[in-house]
Amino acid sequence: MATLETSRPATTAAAPLFAGLSLRVWQIIGLAAVLAAACVLPFIISSYQLLLANQVIVYAVALLGLNILTGYNGQFSLGHGAFYAIGAYTTAILLDKTGIPYWATIPMAGVLCFAVGFLFGLPALRLEGHYLALATFALAIATPQLLKYKDFDFLTGGVQGIVITAPDAPGGLPLRADQWLYFFCLLWTIPLFIVAWNLLRGRTGRALVAIRDHPLAAATMGIDTARYKSMTFGVSAMFTGIAGALGALLAQFVSPDSFDFFLSVRFLVGIVVGGLASMAGAFFGAIFVEFVPNIADLLSKAAPQAIQGIVLIGCMYLMPTGVMGLVRALGHRLGRRVAR
Amino acid sequence: MRYRSILLPAVAVLALAGPAVAADAPGVTATEIKIGNTMPYSGPASAYGVIGKGETAFWKMVNDQGGVDGHKIDFISVDDGYNPAKAVEQARKLVEEEGVAFLFNPLGTPSNTAIEKYMNAKKVPQLFVATGADKWGDYQHFPWTMGWQPSYRTEAQIYAKYILKEKPNAKIAILYQNDDFGKDYIAGLKDGLGDKYAKMVVKEASYEVTDPTVDSQIVTLQASGADTLVTAATPKFAAQTIRKVYDIGWKPLHLLTNVSLSVASVMVPAGPEKGVGVITSNYGKDSTDPAWANDPGMNEWRAFMQKYLPGADMKDNNYVYAYGVSMTMLQVLKQCHGDFSRANIMKQAANLKDFEVPTALPGVKINTSPSNYHPIRQMQLQRWDGKTWVRFGDVITGGES
Amino acid sequence: MQAFLHQVLSGFATGGIYASVALALVMIYQSTHHVNFAQGEMATFSTYMAWKMITIGFPYWAAFLLTLLFAFVLGVAIERIIVRPFYKAPVLSVIAVFIGLLLIINSLSGALFDYTIKPFPSPFPSDAWYGGPYLSPHEVGMIFVTFVVLALTFFFFRFTPLGLAMRAAAENPVSSRLCGVRVGWMLALGWGLAGLIGAVAGMMTAPVIYLDPYMMFSVLLYGFAGALLGGIDNPWGAVLGGFIVGVLQNIAGAYLVGTELMVTVALVIIIGILVIKPSGLFGRPIVTRV
Repeated sequence: MATLETSRPATTAAAPLFAGLSLRVWQIIGLAAVLAAACVLPFIISSYQLLLANQVIVYAVALLGLNILTGYNGQFSLGHGAFYAIGAYTTAILLDKTGIPYWATIPMAGVLCFAVGFLFGLPALRLEGHYLALATFALAIATPQLLKYKDFDFLTGGVQGIVITAPDAPGGLPLRADQWLYFFCLLWTIPLFIVAWNLLRGRTGRALVAIRDHPLAAATMGIDTARYKSMTFGVSAMFTGIAGALGALLAQFVSPDSFDFFLSVRFLVGIVVGGLASMAGAFFGAIFVEFVPNIADLLSKAAPQAIQGIVLIGCMYLMPTGVMGLVRALGHRLGRRVAR
Repeated sequence: MRYRSILLPAVAVLALAGPAVAADAPGVTATEIKIGNTMPYSGPASAYGVIGKGETAFWKMVNDQGGVDGHKIDFISVDDGYNPAKAVEQARKLVEEEGVAFLFNPLGTPSNTAIEKYMNAKKVPQLFVATGADKWGDYQHFPWTMGWQPSYRTEAQIYAKYILKEKPNAKIAILYQNDDFGKDYIAGLKDGLGDKYAKMVVKEASYEVTDPTVDSQIVTLQASGADTLVTAATPKFAAQTIRKVYDIGWKPLHLLTNVSLSVASVMVPAGPEKGVGVITSNYGKDSTDPAWANDPGMNEWRAFMQKYLPGADMKDNNYVYAYGVSMTMLQVLKQCHGDFSRANIMKQAANLKDFEVPTALPGVKINTSPSNYHPIRQMQLQRWDGKTWVRFGDVITGGES
Repeated sequence: MQAFLHQVLSGFATGGIYASVALALVMIYQSTHHVNFAQGEMATFSTYMAWKMITIGFPYWAAFLLTLLFAFVLGVAIERIIVRPFYKAPVLSVIAVFIGLLLIINSLSGALFDYTIKPFPSPFPSDAWYGGPYLSPHEVGMIFVTFVVLALTFFFFRFTPLGLAMRAAAENPVSSRLCGVRVGWMLALGWGLAGLIGAVAGMMTAPVIYLDPYMMFSVLLYGFAGALLGGIDNPWGAVLGGFIVGVLQNIAGAYLVGTELMVTVALVIIIGILVIKPSGLFGRPIVTRV
């Protein structure tokens, strides 16, 4: 006899998943393990490998910024390299020309990028899809030109760029300069991710996603789309700008050539491969952005760029929704099986 | 009994220590020297990647001929995509992970600027960097970094001197690429013209590498009423410039950067008759210039290309460059007489006396000293006659470092 | 005054290059609702094919026509093999694929054909009557060809059943299928035609700016700007947009801010225009059903 059965959800966060612990608890354990590993890392890997790890972290913050805008809010940006550049140059100029300590330049870079992003987001409100892409692309092209402009040379160092020195560990700590820099970047990354997580899982996050998926419905529901969209631009720019500032400390050098249009393209590719609308995706994307050129270089000297393209298309073929998309899909399947 | 238990490990340690890296010559074993290099194999400057290709083939040739003092060369060239942040990574990888003895001919002003401080802090030679920027001769602040080719600034100073001599009342227009390469020419002209610069230069126009054409800039420059044009442009844009200048009926005294003097890659595409009268300078031989068709030095290069890079584009002067700079490096290694410690390599690099490479113009000699880190400072002016570059005047030595 | 006229006409000539690429972008957009960032590289590669044929000894027009065929087949092949699997994928994933294509084709062009520039012949004789002091015969011929291609494209989409079917397939694949339109083949055809138009653009552009692996890269960027400025769903608008971008750049460089900020100012002006008219000068405003 057929009876009406309410179907049990495949899995809930609180339901026991494995070894008596729920999914939520497993997530927390996983996160703690990752954090612990991140803190131990500088002491067990070589200086060069630490440089790579540090670069991945910096890129992850940059990609998180872009993902907030493009992944969660659906505003297409082909110009986030510009905000990365502004952040980097802010730090470089302040360190080069003023006595401001390095740790103070980071929030200043963030604030400046927020302002620029917000101001850019205002006229961008009128633009959709491809047109917004063009506007942001214009920003990506204009920024190196402005950085090279001779009237700004006294500030930016022009085409020669600015060389800065990485800070030493604060007095007393038994850390090398590059180890300290790694922890310094972590000290920024972790709170930034927490802020983003908080922002995105609450009302704001839902509003952003609503604006992305059904802007008309969102407006009808009383969401002030204009305000949200421009604020999102500002916040997104702030994240990427802080990443740029940290990146400048890492490379100890900024020049207009470091921030060409390709950088923006790499960022976009990074969030797509990592997974749109996903925070963990920022890390996978960062790993992709950092390591694929190296791998391509090992595979081919004649056409390494072609290898990069092939890897990119291959990743898209295997994971059209990015790494995190794949993880989620696997997670659902796993959840369904466990729930039976 | 006890002796055997320590004898074996002791022998093992000694056996390992033999071919192991000597404490004062990193990157060097009894049979091998590791040389590192960064090149833009991908990205917007990947056209220069052929230099790395040429150098890889060159060191293979050296190995085939027995190496240097019984040492084979392990040439490790990696891609930096013309991105300074990547260059820093790759330099550190080469020095710290691969353990190279030194870096040879890393390419690009931004990349080299980014790694300069690190290389000097670590006391690793950064030799014969592949950029024409003027600053690579700063032996006081960066004693481990050395350039090779005459700087763009020096070249521009030579042009300035020429203008002052031949056409002291010239009205000068400048077309330059908006990067360190182009701007170095402006700096050199300012050096050479001194306070006459403001009066003589009536118009400067720049273009980006990502621009499709420079037609607009040429029109602007002609409209300024200038009668002299200095072009600091890479081959594609130089060809466009020469052609456009001719097509609009402008006949200035035209001075061209030696980066774009290739007969097959610039003068012929522009139209050989359109460039008649253009003046450039050079320190090396253009592989497509009929003047060097039977030159023994260039034949040596051609034989090398045919054997080790068959099918490569013989019109690409980057291969000539690669050969010349590699020959210089080979000379340094030979002068080391087996002592390949970093200090000695640097010492020998700063100890080249009247060294000539087969691909350099006759009369151009490479000289370095502890207070002169500009190996090549000589150039000779040459004029295009429709078929070939005709050298005139003496070999000129450029400004002091 | 003379200089001004010269700048405008020179900008017009450059704009012609942008316009021809903009047409290829419009073709691909109208038939697939995607902007193919690899369009420029495909055009460059096709032009290299033509160059190779001419170098071997083919007469110009034979090489031209064979290249058109090659470009068409290349476009169809890329669509069927590389792009088709992503039909249902999110927009950004498709864009990532296009970027991948761009990287691959650009790298292959360089590896196969070297980086030294290659002169490319023009079918328009250099002493033709329609040349002048400001525009060479080839530049005039190129603008003429652009308009011919534009007219053909417009006519094709507006007045032929096939063009209608293609537009329908892009606009509303589900309903189109119900009407008997073979959507899959429409998309492939769109790519083929876009490749063909791109090849024409490449072969018209190469004599002016010389052939090298990066030839179309910069042209694509400004062609993209021009197409959007004029309205990417409107071939006339896109072509006009291309011309406007060309002239605007020249005026900005010569009279407004100088060449060091030329590109920046040109783009800022374009953005400004778009903010006022968000669908482009001649594009149809996007209407969404609630």
